[in-house]
Amino acid sequence: MELAFYLSGLVAVLATVGVITGSNPVHAVVYLIVSLMAVALVFFALGAPFAGALEIIVYAGAIMVLFVFVVMMLNLRPDEPEQAWTHPRYWAGPSLLALVLLVALVTLIGQGEAGGTIEGELLTARAIALTLFGPWLMVVELAAILLLAALVTASHVGRRRSARDTRGGAL
Amino acid sequence: MTGIPVEHGLILAVILFCLGLVGLMLRRNMLFVLMSLEVMLNSAALAFIVGATAWSQPEGQAMFLLVITLAAAEASVGLALMIQLYQRFRTLDLNVINRMRG
Repeated sequence: MELAFYLSGLVAVLATVGVITGSNPVHAVVYLIVSLMAVALVFFALGAPFAGALEIIVYAGAIMVLFVFVVMMLNLRPDEPEQAWTHPRYWAGPSLLALVLLVALVTLIGQGEAGGTIEGELLTARAIALTLFGPWLMVVELAAILLLAALVTASHVGRRRSARDTRGGAL
Repeated sequence: MTGIPVEHGLILAVILFCLGLVGLMLRRNMLFVLMSLEVMLNSAALAFIVGATAWSQPEGQAMFLLVITLAAAEASVGLALMIQLYQRFRTLDLNVINRMRG
């Protein structure tokens, strides 16, 4: 279990580095899928098989398919102007700051009294469902409203440009 | 070997979050910005799962479901915006569209 956790954590970090440094959109999407599946393995190792399965089905399955469809639809090529921005002059500052942030957070977590270890005892779907549809019912309904709003927004924003809109041009 | 310390799970989540933050600040291609946002949401979900399993409470995993819902909504709206951006400007470079016109 520990080996699975650390190995898949390492894979997740490396794949995420591949996502943010890649220039080819399709390669970056594939790296992101690998990263999500590694995180799903982390969930399995931690003893949350329901969450791991959902991570693969919803995240790596549904959401990433959306990304792949959009990349295919727009027929994106590896963009050359981006190369100018991958010069260290541009990313050294932000990544240095983020590194400082990372060190600060890691030391903070190390000092804190999070306490205890995770033995990997299983939390089944039953307990989660009882929580969701018992005391958290209102949150589930709010999530449903959020999904409906996202559906309406996506279908409104993503429509083809009609003849009426072409005059202005500006967003 | 008696289980995984809670700190290590949280540190993994923090590393993933920082990587997503670096990508968000570094990249100007909208596709990569959206993917960095997904990475950051995913690391937050990981922190929830770590908390849920550390204290054996189902609330964390219920919260994970809601985080996934949020990620799906965000991805759909973001990708719709991206398609619109590409149709209008023929580019995904965010530097091109943040110039004001009026």
